[in-house]
Amino acid sequence: MTLHTQSVTQLSQLLSQGSVSSTELTEHFLQRIESLDSQINSFITVNREGALEQAKLADTQRASGSAGPLTGVPIAHKDIFCTNGLRTTCASRMLENFIPPYESTVTTNIAAAGMVNLGKTNMDEFAMGSSNETSFFGASRNPWNTDHIPGGSSGGSAAAVAAALAPIATGTDTGGSIRQPAAHTGLTGIKPTYGSVSRWGMIAFASSLDQAGPMAKSAEDAALLLETMVSHDAKDSTSVAHPNGAFSSSLNSAVTGVRIGVPESFFSADLDAEVGDAIQQAISQLQKLGAVIVPVSLEMNQHALSAYYVIAPSEASANLSRFDGVRFGHRCGDPKDLKDLYSRSRTEGFGAEVQTRILVGTYALSTGYYDAYYRKAQKLRRLIKEDFEQAFKQVDMILAPTTPSTACKIGDKFGDPAKMYLEDIYTLAVNLAGLPAMSLPCGIANGLPIGMQLIGKAFGEAGILQMGHQYQQHSDWHTQRAPLALQEVSA
Amino acid sequence: MSITNESVQHVAELAMLSLDQPAIDRATDKLNQVLWMIDKLQAVDTENVEPLAHPLDATQVLRADEVTKTNNREALLSNAPEAQDGQFVVPRVVE
Repeated sequence: MTLHTQSVTQLSQLLSQGSVSSTELTEHFLQRIESLDSQINSFITVNREGALEQAKLADTQRASGSAGPLTGVPIAHKDIFCTNGLRTTCASRMLENFIPPYESTVTTNIAAAGMVNLGKTNMDEFAMGSSNETSFFGASRNPWNTDHIPGGSSGGSAAAVAAALAPIATGTDTGGSIRQPAAHTGLTGIKPTYGSVSRWGMIAFASSLDQAGPMAKSAEDAALLLETMVSHDAKDSTSVAHPNGAFSSSLNSAVTGVRIGVPESFFSADLDAEVGDAIQQAISQLQKLGAVIVPVSLEMNQHALSAYYVIAPSEASANLSRFDGVRFGHRCGDPKDLKDLYSRSRTEGFGAEVQTRILVGTYALSTGYYDAYYRKAQKLRRLIKEDFEQAFKQVDMILAPTTPSTACKIGDKFGDPAKMYLEDIYTLAVNLAGLPAMSLPCGIANGLPIGMQLIGKAFGEAGILQMGHQYQQHSDWHTQRAPLALQEVSA
Repeated sequence: MSITNESVQHVAELAMLSLDQPAIDRATDKLNQVLWMIDKLQAVDTENVEPLAHPLDATQVLRADEVTKTNNREALLSNAPEAQDGQFVVPRVVE
């Protein structure tokens, strides 16, 4: 049996039956990482020793009957979550040697569920990018075709799961950073409602937009991990108690009569024909399952890009002011005074894209421009949110493409904001409105996966996971594997 | 709006980034590309629209004013680029 292509749900069963131990499973994935990751560069730090210790503990818990469903199942974490004693870089030179003295709430919850941390995955530097090319540790590559990007910013997590180097992974999504790489690598990834998952210990990019979520091989696996990730946390003042956090319980209910809105403006000239066709086929399939398709209007989405690229860089410029070369992080050599210490440490520590966004944000917040940019963007943010609220008066959820096209080649869009920022035109509005949304695979074109997005009402994760699961019960796109995932590694 | 080299120099100083002339020129180009994109928001009528700071319109939660943090000075100093006698070291600030 090939362990690495099994779902988390299947691995959980194998562990509980005693067909495999967590130690064997962990060793299996560690060997795959050590043999195959040079082809896709999906890990920044591999946690061999720590993982095997955690696996041993999980095996003891399994033996004593104190195990939960996820006990002993390995996972990979985006290198944005602080892990106590394990290097956390955010893919930046700034944090190249940073060893957190504390653990994020997300990884604490996941460890408490008994999961084994295989290591920390590659990403765009400080999560700023849509291709994983801004990483200080080099670009990660798409396991479906290594000439192509895996998407970003959670590109390493996406590549690791798609190559079956980990059964599941965590990601974070500020403007599409879970959903876009999930779409580009054939995964199911969900960004929950803002506030559902604690941001404590998750290195901040844009605090009013950032949310963590699972990147998985199916909606069923995503639901299982998301249940563990969601928690009300006093350490994050924007954390909320989720009113409907039992995501797995309704997966098997029929979707007859569920109303799905389709925004026509998302199917315009920006969308590649092959992506549009795949989504139309998925829509027909959902109709056959009993869903009712309703055209909706989301005209304000056309302004999401402008609003996002004011708000996100503004918040980032404030968040990243903490990196000053004094308390932690990169410090320049021989500073001549305090200002020189701050400026040179920051200029040496941050890469080009991060510096661009800090400059945009600082400009948008500076005297004389605040009203024209930041305040204006926040007003647009309200209009975008109200647009969704109008649509949700008619429908239960919204279906849209995740990305305009399949994954581009490495280097094609890098360094060109006019091209790169368009990768996220269908995902940004969801973050601005704080809504939950999931990308799931619905086709393949030229050997590269296509994703579609289900957007829910606030706290409507259970509904979109149910729709996703029902679709996956009647389609096999999510069981298609990248060539690298099928490659065996000899022990 | 387009941005000049001088403005970028000023913004870089506000952001504590020390950019040389070629870096300023590159940043000016990049910023103008981004500003061209975001300036489209100026065309939208937002008269009488309240700005939205938090996606769920939530307000700041307050907690009781009690000490919750423990002293972990050593752990925190272990990441400091330079520390001495339990303190962070910086260049001399006061002559």
